[in-house]
Amino acid sequence: MSTQLRQFAAFSRLLHWTMAVMVLTMLCIGVAMVVSLGEYHVLVSIHRPLGIAILILVVVRFVNRLVNPPPPFPATMSREERLAATASELAMYGLMFVLPLVGWGMLSAAHYPIVLYGSLHLPFILPHNATLYAVLRKAHTILAYLFFLTFMGHFGAILFHTLIVRDGMLKRMVPWNIRPRVTSSSYDDRR
Amino acid sequence: MPAYPEAAAESERRGNANTLARLALIGVALAAVAGAFAYFGGWLTPNALTPARLTDAFERVNGVHAGFRRNHAKGVGVSGFFESTGNGARFSEAVVFRPGRVPVIGRFSLSGGQPYVGDRPDEVRGLGLQFSLSNGEVWRTAMVNLPVFPFRTPEAFYEQLVASTPDPNTGKPDPASMKAFLERHPETVQAMKAIKGEPVSSGFENSTFHGLNAFRLINSAGNSTPVRWLLTPVQPFEAASAAAVPQDKNYLFHALIAQIHRQPLRWHLILIIGQPSDPTRDATIAWPTGRERVDAGTLTLDRVESDETSVATDINFDPLVLPAGIAPSDDPLLSTRSAVYSQSFTRREGEAKQPSAITPADVRRGN
Repeated sequence: MSTQLRQFAAFSRLLHWTMAVMVLTMLCIGVAMVVSLGEYHVLVSIHRPLGIAILILVVVRFVNRLVNPPPPFPATMSREERLAATASELAMYGLMFVLPLVGWGMLSAAHYPIVLYGSLHLPFILPHNATLYAVLRKAHTILAYLFFLTFMGHFGAILFHTLIVRDGMLKRMVPWNIRPRVTSSSYDDRR
Repeated sequence: MPAYPEAAAESERRGNANTLARLALIGVALAAVAGAFAYFGGWLTPNALTPARLTDAFERVNGVHAGFRRNHAKGVGVSGFFESTGNGARFSEAVVFRPGRVPVIGRFSLSGGQPYVGDRPDEVRGLGLQFSLSNGEVWRTAMVNLPVFPFRTPEAFYEQLVASTPDPNTGKPDPASMKAFLERHPETVQAMKAIKGEPVSSGFENSTFHGLNAFRLINSAGNSTPVRWLLTPVQPFEAASAAAVPQDKNYLFHALIAQIHRQPLRWHLILIIGQPSDPTRDATIAWPTGRERVDAGTLTLDRVESDETSVATDINFDPLVLPAGIAPSDDPLLSTRSAVYSQSFTRREGEAKQPSAITPADVRRGN
């Protein structure tokens, strides 16, 4: 290996995996609640605060990205691949920000109280308007499907790099720290 | 490795097989994720009962009336206030039960999805209410003038809608399917008896409205009490006339408008305090008589408006919009109502609004 493998900063990795779990849970709850009767209320009651938590974390994540820029792409990635990776990353950041905002906005336009927990609730960010609600409600669904497709692309690409190209790309993001490969000489030096 | 061409070819073959296996693995992983997503989204269970299918059933019974609620389509908006006695605070920490006054928006309606249907005394009357609490919380409740609800489960409700769907040949529901439904659901037969046993009043103003499902009240000590609530009219009861239904198709609404213009209408909000043994997941049976009744306060409605101008038109009176201090019971119908109301709301809010049966002119004429 000519270049040393560099990982994302520990905090970036923590954010990535925390949000990965949250976003996937959110997407599954989202599609499940709209077809649920008996579980609808419980699922919606989780969906709202979880969405707002994602909205807060994506802002943290965006700031973190400026503080901790990502490590360079591995040499195995072509120019097109890098473009695609950057575009999908941008799309996911954008969706993590826009989807909760659209959700908040559509509930505002419908004047549904935006209850997070107990008596804690958010203010309305849009006026009470039927058409606005209808448009945002549709947008919320379309953007969520788009997010799922983007996730599938992201997941497929990392599987491809890990199993076919075998360039250890996943190691950049694994939660644990990867030690740089220890050579025999450095091992000797340590004594 | 020119010295061992067979070995090289063999190694390449193995390599190809290996790569194929790995590609297959990727395919399986992606398919598993997509499959899980499809499972959660209900695509693998196309016959399961969903909010959309239940709402479709309403549309098949009533036809699609763009812009209107799929149930309780005909109505008028009202507004006023609720003055709490403070008596409910013993059981619930909800701000609405502290002594004081909160503004209320509501809507009187007739059950069924037909917005221009003629008023009839035996048609179920509804009252949706929204209490706007001083701390910004909201409480909504959707009530009807039936002492109990005729259906215990979402499935029974759906079956009944299917049985009530007009036959395309006769234009009327098939009596045999309704008979079969009632045979399968003795709890509905029992509930209908209880409903028939309650005399129907002459109008909206002297109707008793019931919250139907059980809820739970949570007080500041964290104690949970099963509860049902109802609104008892201050206006004196008068039985619905046995004579023929009046000529005026909107006689119930016109009477309501005239009365509100004459004087504010009032109801007492009564909390029926349940015992631990009282069933909370069966809206078809009333709790035993003699349960403690708490007068939580007085609802006053002093303004009436047409659907065209009332803010209530774009409010979903979802019975699970609850403030802290009021919680759902384990009744599966509550979550079902919430899901189906939401589906109906989403459909109608995306459609162009049509003029309602009770026009702004009707409301003015009451003056």
